[in-house]
Amino acid sequence: METAHTHKRPNYILIWIYLAVLTAAELGLAFELPITANIKLALLLFLAVWKALLVGLYFMHLKFEKWNLRMLAIIPIPLALILLFAGMSESIW
Amino acid sequence: MSQAMAGAMDPPFPAERGIEVYNKKLGMWIFLASEVMFFAALIGSYVILRFGATGEWAKPGIVLSIQITAFNTFLLICSSVSMVKAYAAIQDGFPDKMKFWLLMTILGGACFVGIQVYEYIHLVEHGFVPSGFREGSHLAELVENGTLPAATMGLYGSTFYTMTGFHGFHVTCGVIAMLYLYLFKALPGKYTSQDFGGIEVVGLYWHFVDLVWIILFTIVYLV
Repeated sequence: METAHTHKRPNYILIWIYLAVLTAAELGLAFELPITANIKLALLLFLAVWKALLVGLYFMHLKFEKWNLRMLAIIPIPLALILLFAGMSESIW
Repeated sequence: MSQAMAGAMDPPFPAERGIEVYNKKLGMWIFLASEVMFFAALIGSYVILRFGATGEWAKPGIVLSIQITAFNTFLLICSSVSMVKAYAAIQDGFPDKMKFWLLMTILGGACFVGIQVYEYIHLVEHGFVPSGFREGSHLAELVENGTLPAATMGLYGSTFYTMTGFHGFHVTCGVIAMLYLYLFKALPGKYTSQDFGGIEVVGLYWHFVDLVWIILFTIVYLV
C-alpha cells in the first residue's frame, strides 16, 4: 500500500495567485524600462528563481518533506552550478 | 567460533531505516535529480554560447512572441495547480474531484503542447529555423535592415529549438503519463485515500516540468 507523507496543506490557490502576479511582473520587466540591462537581468532571474522555489516548496511539497529527501533534490543544484561555471570559465579562457 | 562469526554478520538492531518514502516516489526523485543535470547541461550550453558569442543577440520580442508564450506559461502554472488539487482531492478521499482535476491538468498540458506547435509553425513560416533564418523570408529582411544580428542567428535558432523542443517532449510525455493514469487507474476507481502513489509521482514530474519552463521562459524569451 502506498500513501503519501501527511503534513499541513498549503493554500494552493494563494500560491497560484503569487505565481500569476510574479509572471505579470516578469512581463512588465520585458518591456523597455529606464533601468540598465544588468539590473533587468538580475530582477528577471530573481523572479524566475522565486517562482521556481514556490513550485518546488509548495507544489512538490519539499517544504514538508524530511531532510534526507530534500537533500536528494538539493544535491544536483550545486553540481549543475559547477557544470555551468566550469563551462563558462572554459569559454572565457 | 561459527556463532561469533554469524553474530558479526548480523545487521545492527534496531535496523536503520533509509529515506522513509515508498520506492516509486524515491525513484521519481532520483530521476528528477538526473533531469536537473540534463537541463543544466542544455541551459549551461545556452549561457556559454550566448555570452561567449562575438556578436549581439536578438532583442526579446522581435522574433519570438512574448504574449503567446506568457499565456502558455500561465497555462502550465494553472495545470500545476490543477494537478496538486487532484492530489489533495484523492488524499481527502474524493475520487470524483480527483478525476476532474486530473482531466483539467491533461487538457492544460495538451493545450500547452498545441500552442507550442502553433508557435513553431508560425516561426518557421516567418523564416526562423534551427539553422537561423531562411533566405527570402520576413526574418531575412529584418537581418538585412539591421534589426536582427546576422552573426548570432544560427546559434539563436539552434539553442531555442533544442531547449524548447526537449521541454515540449517532456510535457508530451507528462500528458501521456497522466492520460494513462486517468484512463487505466482513475476511471476504474483504483485510487483511494490510502493508495494514490501514481498521482503523487506523476504530479512530481509535472511540477518539475513546470519549474523548468519557468526558468526557460525567462532566459529564452525575456532576457
